Amino acid sequence: MSYYDFLFVIEVLVGGLLSGVMYSLVAIGFVLIYKTSGVLNFAQGSMVLFAALTFVSLVERGIPFALSLLITFAVMVALGFTIERTVLRPLVNRSPMTLFMATLGLSYIIEGAAQLLWGTQVHGLDLGIDDTPFEVGGILISSFDLLAAGIAAAMVAGLSAFFSWTRIGLAFRAVADDQFAALAVGLRLPRIWGTVWTAAGFVALVAGLLWGARLGVQFSLSLIVLKALPVLVLGGFDSILGAIVGGLIIGASEKLAEVYLGPFVGGGIEGWFAYALALVVLLVRPSGLFGQKTVERV
Amino acid sequence: MTFFSHLRKAAIATAFVLGATAVHADEQYFPLQSYRVGPYAAGGTGFFGGFIDYLNLINIRDGGVNGVKLTWSEGETQYEVEKGVEVYERLKSNPGIAAWNPLSVGIAYAMIDRITDDKVPLITINHGRTDTTDGRVFPYVFPLLLNPYSETSGIVNYIASKEGGLDKLKGKKIVVLYHGSPYGKETIPIYELLAQKYGFELSQIEVPHPGNEQQAQWLTIRREHPDYVVLRGWGVMNPVALKTAQKTGFPADHIVGNVWSNSEEDVIPAGDAAKGYTAITTQASGEQYPVVQEIVKTVYGAGKGNLEDKSRIGSVYHNLGIVNGILNVEAVRIAQAKFGNRTLTGDEVRWGFEHLKLDPARVEALGAKDLFHSINVSWYNHEGDGYVTFQQWDGKKWNVVSDWIAPDWKLLRPIIEKSSEAYAKEKGIKIRTAEDAEAVVSN
Repeated sequence: MSYYDFLFVIEVLVGGLLSGVMYSLVAIGFVLIYKTSGVLNFAQGSMVLFAALTFVSLVERGIPFALSLLITFAVMVALGFTIERTVLRPLVNRSPMTLFMATLGLSYIIEGAAQLLWGTQVHGLDLGIDDTPFEVGGILISSFDLLAAGIAAAMVAGLSAFFSWTRIGLAFRAVADDQFAALAVGLRLPRIWGTVWTAAGFVALVAGLLWGARLGVQFSLSLIVLKALPVLVLGGFDSILGAIVGGLIIGASEKLAEVYLGPFVGGGIEGWFAYALALVVLLVRPSGLFGQKTVERV
Repeated sequence: MTFFSHLRKAAIATAFVLGATAVHADEQYFPLQSYRVGPYAAGGTGFFGGFIDYLNLINIRDGGVNGVKLTWSEGETQYEVEKGVEVYERLKSNPGIAAWNPLSVGIAYAMIDRITDDKVPLITINHGRTDTTDGRVFPYVFPLLLNPYSETSGIVNYIASKEGGLDKLKGKKIVVLYHGSPYGKETIPIYELLAQKYGFELSQIEVPHPGNEQQAQWLTIRREHPDYVVLRGWGVMNPVALKTAQKTGFPADHIVGNVWSNSEEDVIPAGDAAKGYTAITTQASGEQYPVVQEIVKTVYGAGKGNLEDKSRIGSVYHNLGIVNGILNVEAVRIAQAKFGNRTLTGDEVRWGFEHLKLDPARVEALGAKDLFHSINVSWYNHEGDGYVTFQQWDGKKWNVVSDWIAPDWKLLRPIIEKSSEAYAKEKGIKIRTAEDAEAVVSN
């Protein structure tokens, strides 16, 4: 392997890791909901679309950037509480499949509502972040992706601190460990679920802005859930650390596979390679690399 | 676009559906398998908006085509094949159907056998199966203006013109970045053939659907150091390609987009990364053309414009819809000259399409000079020798940067016939003759 080839491998690897962080951003939204309520929220992608579309539509109507951000966050909070009140609370104690189907339906409703409210037009989203690459030792690195990775890291650190050192964070963990025990000690589950949907809405907003700046704000934004699912399977549905590590592994491996295995099988393999990798992990470790093992008394 | 404006549109669409079921003898009906929601809604609203705007112009300004009112109704497909077929089944019983215009390769493929049985034309402007150009085998399918092979030839001819001639392509390196779908893969063999013929080095790289991640593909492109990249994308794949090209240091002015990578929706989300990007088109964008001006004045002036956002008037998809409207209406007009000024059967309109000859003088008379070049359809050639031009994005609008360019039709025809004859053999289809084409079902 020549030095140039070695540099190329590193470049593909770095690009993949940075892409993986973007997948993790979406996956974290799933983890938050799953961790506290056991619901696999398939509507997370639609929430990302809704947040980004709301934000960009407000900005285009002349509302200042910061105010648009604030209004969009308020809208996401309202959306989170509405979902908890109108969908999840009536379905409490139903089977996980029922809840999953409810979020699947919710996903279509949110997508439809987003287009109904803000129209179908494609929007550009400029966050003022320069996206020209810079070179480090012969390797091109995207400044945008690097910043996105920084934001994801800050968000993970913030969420970890929140879960470890705040009362409500500890309450989240208690609910995640045992809902009935949490109820028994007086924790108010509906309020906690409402708050966690709000947190997922905030994550959707951050992911929506970063992905929206990358792809443009358009309907396809909701399809980024397809990138988050293998990350969750690999990292575990209830681990934020798993979402990060899973994202990095999926991002790096799919890029390396596309470049080095793709040419032997006709190319275009990264779409399914991530799922193949996740399937292997699922067979060996059903709860994912960092997921909590479920032990049931028989 | 507001909630109430959607409600108003739904009410109008319902009124049209109800009205269409009670079509009178002097009405010609267009069933529209449109897509106004879903991932491809931006293209759908532009195209069908332009098409309906033109039909409205003919009704308001001329009282229809020689007194025959044009009617239409819409069925939402979301660009999904099964929904497209469902809409076809729902609308096909309406009387006086002129032609189907689904603007979807998948839906068009699913309809070929059905519309052939019905004897009603299926229009796939700028897309569809390349071999449907051969009217001997596909009597009712019309890939008007540009089939995928002609598009490929036009792009290669354009790159050659930038390099100083076809002979200068020898030794150049071209990468084709294509969408991982039947649409994207349609041109793989023709690029290989042209690479052999002109001696350029070719690499074709697939982007898996939907194309929202392209880091690996563009790093591979960077390693290969091509002279040009041809972008054969669709939807979100296009802006992502342009942004990722920027990230990996590939210049936008060496990327040439195909006909489904040429709209405002493809470049606006890419921001500055799209500046200098060039793409092929069969119709220019802009509002300056007389027919577009008439639509603004007559249709939008009467409050009957189809686009909610008036800033989209004259956009690529809107103008494509207008050109599609012109071609459909002129086919009806030509058929009326032979069969009478009345509601025509689908087969009579097919005859009209097979005699659709609009030279530059007629195009100018229709108010579309420089909007599109010309068309010359026959029973034998259902594409109609459409010319192409190239437009470059300056960050705000498209600017035409080439003359009208002719694809190499003579080179392509034998390849098309080989494919269509194989299809005919497989399906047991009798090859049509000129006499067969003149036999028309009039009731």
